[in-house]
Amino acid sequence: MLTVEGLRSRYGRIEVLHGIDLDVASGEIVTVVGANGAGKTTLLKCLSGIQPVSAGSILFRGEALTTVSAHRRVQRGLAQSPEGRQIFTNLTVEENLRLGAYLFADEKVDRDMQDAFVMFPILKEKRNLAAGGLSGGQQQMLAIARALMARPSCLLLDEPSMGLAPILVAQIFDVVKSMKALGVTVLLVEQNAFGALSVADRGYVMETGRITMSGPAAELIADERIRAAYLGI
Amino acid sequence: MPELLQFLLSGITVGAVYALVALGFTIIYNASDVVNFAQGEFVMLGGMITFFAHAAGLPLPLAALIAIIVTAGIGVALNKLAIEPARGAPVVSLIIITIGASIFIRGATQLVFDKQLHRFPAFSGDQPILIGGATILPQSLWVIAGALAVFVCLWLFFTRTLIGRAVLATANNRIAAQLVGINTNYVMTLSFAMSAAIGALAGVLVTPMTLTGYDVGLALALKGFAAAMLGGMGNPKGALVGGLLLGVLEAMTAGYISSQYKDAAAFVVILAVLFAMPQGLFGRKSTDRV
Repeated sequence: MLTVEGLRSRYGRIEVLHGIDLDVASGEIVTVVGANGAGKTTLLKCLSGIQPVSAGSILFRGEALTTVSAHRRVQRGLAQSPEGRQIFTNLTVEENLRLGAYLFADEKVDRDMQDAFVMFPILKEKRNLAAGGLSGGQQQMLAIARALMARPSCLLLDEPSMGLAPILVAQIFDVVKSMKALGVTVLLVEQNAFGALSVADRGYVMETGRITMSGPAAELIADERIRAAYLGI
Repeated sequence: MPELLQFLLSGITVGAVYALVALGFTIIYNASDVVNFAQGEFVMLGGMITFFAHAAGLPLPLAALIAIIVTAGIGVALNKLAIEPARGAPVVSLIIITIGASIFIRGATQLVFDKQLHRFPAFSGDQPILIGGATILPQSLWVIAGALAVFVCLWLFFTRTLIGRAVLATANNRIAAQLVGINTNYVMTLSFAMSAAIGALAGVLVTPMTLTGYDVGLALALKGFAAAMLGGMGNPKGALVGGLLLGVLEAMTAGYISSQYKDAAAFVVILAVLFAMPQGLFGRKSTDRV
């Protein structure tokens, strides 16, 4: 579904992605784990088209994406829940969700919103409040729900567990796992390597702009080097 | 009493003009956080283009329509040629760009048209209407109706339409807006076109009463900006109330104290309000949580 080859990107003169190769098959949950500053967020920004790519290619459902503008990538089925809960703080929860389905104006929008409220009941309770007043965990749920409103075939999730209380982290990872049943392919970027690898089919380890290891999630989680470097075991 | 009513009526008329200019500020501010100081030039262009199109033999309504469309086009050009290339620059730089654009438009208007003052006939004659001992010009009613109509349309646009909310979303978080599939360049272009069209409409409506010339824009921009700040920048309701309030304040000061103090009195009141309510009368409280 998603194939990335030799992807390079830079901020000014400093290159932060030094040729990333990665692929995600339809229906898979794939995770990219790595420390803070490894370039994981930059990778997702490149995939969504909000960070320029200096070399390499991105193929999504057989089509080249590199020259496609950000809003058109959403049209093609690639949606992102960005890092740092980038929600529309001065709009209500419901308006945020409605804007998630900006590309659509049919009756399925209402059904999707009801589904989002079933998935995150707290959002239903706060639907008429300004999103900026939500707690961190609630904002994270809103960001994920908003991305799902775009009816993506592939969902990019950037650090969904960041800064959340442990009980919420477990809940968020449960939601990620449930994407399989919805038929949504997931590329999950996480610092929380253990949580991410527990729900993923396959994983990539990223260090300072390069992929250093990859394989089935179960193998990575059992790997001595990963246990030492990322799992703190 | 007729005196008070007379001051009130002329205050509301002037205030409706300020409100129209302030409403123009609102849209671009909502889309980009930029205060567009070329807004007054849009008003000037509306009047000037209508006059010259009318003088060339076109019927007045057609001339006005052409003026509004051409000015909207100039608004789009301002965005494409001056604002979009500077995207990523701090908001202050963008505001300074709009001041530069305003000087440029004024200069270009002098060259393309002339430096004279102009007027065209009022839409419904010049016979004043008597109301309880005071009088009002029919053109004043046009201005007031224009301001109210634009306000209602904008309010519906921002609260009832998806594209209106997309404009608000783009201002709030441009990156997130792109990530939900909003074409943010289109939103900016649309905002400048709408803003310029509203400015031009204001120019068309007031020219029969106040005359127009290449340099009338600056004063209107300052008063409209003050009105928008008073009401709360970014809120159509604030723009309308702020404009009317400012107009009435000026008229009362001019009537009861001296017309020399009318600007000063208005700005003193604005300062007092902003000291007590820095967001303006209807400004949104910031609810960001960090």
